[in-house]
Order: sequence, then C-alpha cells, then structure tokens
Amino acid sequence: MAANPMYQFNVYRIGPEIKIGEVDISFTNASLFMVISALAILIVFNLGAKKKSLIPDKIQLLSELSYSFVSKMISDTAGAKAKPYFAFIFSLFMFVLFCNMFGMIPYSFTVTSHIIVTFVLAAFIFIGVTIIGFLKHGLGYLKLFVPSGVPIILLPLIVVIEIISYLSRPISLSVRLFANMMAGHTMMKVFGGFVVSLGLVGGWLPLGFSVALTGLEILVAFLQAYVFAILTCIYLNDALNLHH
Amino acid sequence: MKKIIIYLYPLFSFNYIAISAETGGMPQLNPEFWFSQIFWLTITFGILFIILSKFILPKIRNNLESRKSQIMENIEIADNQKTKSEKNLKEYDKIILDAKDNAKKTFNLAKGKVQLDLGKEREKIESELNSEIEDAENEIKDLKKSSPEKISLIAVDTAAEIIQKLIGVEVNKSNVSAIVSEQVKLMKGK
Repeated sequence: MAANPMYQFNVYRIGPEIKIGEVDISFTNASLFMVISALAILIVFNLGAKKKSLIPDKIQLLSELSYSFVSKMISDTAGAKAKPYFAFIFSLFMFVLFCNMFGMIPYSFTVTSHIIVTFVLAAFIFIGVTIIGFLKHGLGYLKLFVPSGVPIILLPLIVVIEIISYLSRPISLSVRLFANMMAGHTMMKVFGGFVVSLGLVGGWLPLGFSVALTGLEILVAFLQAYVFAILTCIYLNDALNLHH
Repeated sequence: MKKIIIYLYPLFSFNYIAISAETGGMPQLNPEFWFSQIFWLTITFGILFIILSKFILPKIRNNLESRKSQIMENIEIADNQKTKSEKNLKEYDKIILDAKDNAKKTFNLAKGKVQLDLGKEREKIESELNSEIEDAENEIKDLKKSSPEKISLIAVDTAAEIIQKLIGVEVNKSNVSAIVSEQVKLMKGK
C-alpha cells in the first residue's frame, strides 16, 4: 500500500483482459465494488421484502423505512406524477449510497470517486429527463428557459443563462458527487499518512482528525447520495410539471 | 528526530514511485479503464434496477399496503365494536332504569298493603284494648264500691287489736266500728 493519497483511486485489472474489438472492458476493482454494492442492495432488500409480518423485524423495517423515505422524497419534490420513476430513483439512491458507504471500508475502492461513473449516471439522468420533458410537453418544454415575470429587456440574457444552467446540470451533478468523494478520501489518506510519519510521538493529533474525518465522511457519503437523488427528483419535476 | 526521518523516508519514496508509475496526478483522468467502468456500471446498475423494480419493490409496496389496509380494517372493526358496545351500554342503562322503576312500584305497592294491614290490625288491637280497659275500669269501679266497707272492717279489726295491745283491754267491736264509721264519715265529709 503506497502512501500516495491518490493511489487509492487507481483502477487495476482483476483477472484476464477482456476486449470487445478495440474496447477494453476487463473486470477491475471498480467493477468488483459495483458488483458488491449491487449484490448487497439486492440481498438486504430481498431479505426485507421476503417476510410479510404485520410487525416488522429489523431488516424488514429497514427496507420499508428506506422505501417510504425515497417515496416521500419523490412525492415532496416532484409530486404524484413522478411515481412511475420511483424504482429508478430508488435504485439510483441506493446504488450511490452503497457505493459511497463501501468506499468507507479501509482498503476498499470508492466507485463514486471516479468522474466517469458519476458522469455516466448524470448524463443518463440528463438525457432521460430531457426526453421525458419533450415527450410530455412537446416543444412547450422550451418554456422552461423562459421564466415568467421577467422584464422583456432582460429576457435574452435570462434565456441564455437558463440554457447554460440547464446544459451544465450533468456536469454539476456528476462533479459534485465525484469531487466530494475524492476530496474526502484523499484527506483521510493524507491524515492517515501523517499518523504513520509522525509516529508514536506526534501521531495522536492526526489520528484524532482521522477519526473525526471518518465520521464526517460517513455523513457526506449519505448526504451526497441524498443530494444526487433529490436533484434528480428536482430535474424530473421540471420535466413533469412545467412551471418555472 | 531520527525516528521521524525513518518514518518519513518511505512516505516520500513511495510517493515518488507511485507518481512516476501513473504519469500524472489523478487516476480518475486516466482513460484506460473508462469503457470498462461504463460497461460494468451499465450492467450492474441495469441488473440492480430490473431486479429491484420487478421483484423486490412491488413486494415491499404490497407489504406496506397490506399492513395499511389491515390497520384500517382493524380500526373499522374497533369502531363497529365501539358503537355496538355503546348501544349495549344504553340498553343496559335502560334495563337498570326500568328495574329501578319496577322496584319502586313494587315497594310502594307493598308499603300500601302493609299500611292497610297495619291499620286493620291496629284497629282490631285497639278495640280489644278498649274492651279490656273497659273491663278493667268496671272492675276498679266495683272494687271502689266495695273498698270502703272492707277498709272500715280492716280498720275495726286493727284498731281493736292495737287497743288490746296498748292497754290490754278487750274492746267491744261494735263500739270500735261505730267510731270508725264516724271517722270515715268525717273523712268523707272533708
């Protein structure tokens, strides 16, 4: 294990090299943690859904609370029309949350600390939301860029700003998650390195920082998953209920 | 100080090796495994989404809904039972009220009857008592009539005896009786 704080983000091949044409799709440590996260979600929620007792046990309560939590989040931000997208937002929230949380285990890999992963998710959401918007409202969806109650003189400027902000959504969404995860994990690694390098004499202060940072990072892991999901809901709300 | 240097040395040496191995800071910007990550993300997230949306989430929703409906059902049953018990309570109250009324009536009836009986009995006893009192009064009258004679007889006897005891002379009873009757007359006259 190297002491370079960026070393933890290295992606390396596990097993043989797999290539489709020129494209390398080998199974890597990133793939491993995606599979682990997805499997963990499936196992937890399958266990929670299996029993059907009137008074739930712990795991059933966990899954039902998660269900109502996401359900409430969607209905609060995007309204009743967003119900068909519940399963997607639930999967998204849980996937990001579990990837973030598995990243908190020492020597593990944080899938969401890679811009390509978060960008693919964000781009998919962006394209999906745009398609839904145009399907629901036709060209009327373009009214999104024309806020009501704005003086006509300011309108050209506002429309340009609105379009830029709309187009930068996937970037802001993906960079927010990626940068948070990367920065937190780098910081933890740096303080961990200080503990080792300062030894028994001076290592206690950075050790304390490391402990505090671990708590903070667990909070951030949950918060960023929540922010990612709720922003998706807000974008969906724009597409479904067009009133800017 | 030496210790710190010994600890610091591998830190920097590893740094050097790692940085030189990666040719540049962030592994995130190295496109070598980008397609691999996209591919595996699509697969894992796709499978996760399909299984969650087709199999697991409907089950959880069913669980939640069945619990909700069961709770509603239970509340309904409880409401029904509540209204039923309230009705029963009203009936019970009515029964108790009726019973109280009946008891009062019976009591009054019995009371009247008893009073009537009592009056009859009393009259009977009173008439009996009256007749007895009359009898007694008659007897007393008779006694009263006969008593002065007896008293004077006794008075004569006792006077004769007392005189004999006092002076030792036998007195003629007729004399004594004359004196006594005189005295009686005197007393009566008084």
